[in-house]
Amino acid sequence: MSAALYDLPGPRARRRHRWFGIAGTLVLLALLGWVLVLLFRTGQFTAAKWTPFLYQGIQDLLLTGLANTLRAFGLAAVLALALGAVLAAGRLSAHRPLRWACTVLVEFFRAMPVLVMIFFIYVALRAEPLTALVSGLALYNGSVLAEVFRSGVHAVERGQGEAAYALGMRKTQVMVHVLVPQAVRAMLPAIISQLVVALKDTSLGFLITYEEFLHAGKLIAANLDYDLPFIPVVLVISPVYIGLCMLLSWLATWAARRQRRNPRVEPGEVAAPEPATLRTGDHRAHG
Amino acid sequence: MNVLLDNLALYGDGLLGTVELTVWSALLALALGLVMAAFRVAPVRPLRAFGTAWVTVLRNTPLTLLFFAVLLGLPRFGLVLPFTLFAVLALGCYTSAFICEAVRAGIGTVPTGQGEAARSLGMTFRQTLGLVVLPQAFRAVIPPLGSTLIALAKNSAIAGSFSVTELLGVYKPLNELGYSIIWSFVWIAVGYLLVTLTLSALFNALEKHYGVAR
Repeated sequence: MSAALYDLPGPRARRRHRWFGIAGTLVLLALLGWVLVLLFRTGQFTAAKWTPFLYQGIQDLLLTGLANTLRAFGLAAVLALALGAVLAAGRLSAHRPLRWACTVLVEFFRAMPVLVMIFFIYVALRAEPLTALVSGLALYNGSVLAEVFRSGVHAVERGQGEAAYALGMRKTQVMVHVLVPQAVRAMLPAIISQLVVALKDTSLGFLITYEEFLHAGKLIAANLDYDLPFIPVVLVISPVYIGLCMLLSWLATWAARRQRRNPRVEPGEVAAPEPATLRTGDHRAHG
Repeated sequence: MNVLLDNLALYGDGLLGTVELTVWSALLALALGLVMAAFRVAPVRPLRAFGTAWVTVLRNTPLTLLFFAVLLGLPRFGLVLPFTLFAVLALGCYTSAFICEAVRAGIGTVPTGQGEAARSLGMTFRQTLGLVVLPQAFRAVIPPLGSTLIALAKNSAIAGSFSVTELLGVYKPLNELGYSIIWSFVWIAVGYLLVTLTLSALFNALEKHYGVAR
């Protein structure tokens, strides 16, 4: 936070904040307790609903689902990166028709819901669920990544390209040896964040009956023999999903933090000599 | 062309469903997002922690999982609402996390000196926030808000698969009626382009009107 929203609190304000804090905590705890009571009252913690997770078959089902999710993610990520590179190169090309074609493609795929593309490939082109999911994700994320790459190349200091041209490098050489390496480095956090989007969107495979993680969960949840363990399934699946995405997001923040420390990517920010008053948000990590 | 003309009512219903879903979820997301942003910059630690947790968890939750949990899970608690309302709830909560971050980043773009100057002029907290910081933050927030809401309009397509009347769901009856699938999808795509392009035009206009080059 760089805006000074409030003064450093004095004793009275601190007391007030403490009261607010206690009240807020109580309200949140009450909410949590209410949810727990609801869970217990509707019998979500009965043994019948939880024992299935001890069965080998169920565990295998979940693990296969997870593996399928990761496979779809890996394929989609690689294809999206490749497509993004191609489209970005097209948009940066000196040939006008190529540039226009790529611009139209990128803009179209970015404006379209990814689910519409997946359904189109699945229903109209009669593709396999995995193919439909991966190609839909690759098209969408590829176009977004193309924009990321392009803005990254544009963000490289102009002198870099000019110097390379002055050394007698050709267009492709300038791009490959000078601009792209710097651009990728600067854009790494944005690229990883986009991959998080791809990972989250693999769950769309559920809607076209691709046998991924959520699909496995649905199969278990719909089983009458286990007393329809819907809530337990959600409680098991969501931490894994959210954890995976958080891990990748955390990687993006880590890359961003590393980069901020790197003087070669951006001139290091010199901490402004600030008085220690006025801000309470200072102790928190920036960014 | 026939697909569209023969089924204008069907497409109209679908488009209307998408627009309604987008508008209601956007309102919910804006309200929740503002509250969460306020929590995240508040001087009270539990509130700040709650805001952070809300944003971190929701931003890393696949929307399909959220739909799955809300639309199929909440009824198990005896909470039976129309599916559209559940969809609005899921979409709104999900989007609120992104709106919160946009607003918070907007507050962050206001130079420190502005707030400090306001305080040294003797303005109260409310005046500092309402007259100095927020108006400036609002300008910086417009573009990210626009892209968040466009993403929301696109995400509403997921609701169609959970039996909510919505544009993408239109393909199913058309398919059963024996119309060309490719053409029915072309018109669905046009419908979505209509919604997203309208939104982006709206936010471009807003930005032109309120935005200020720094």
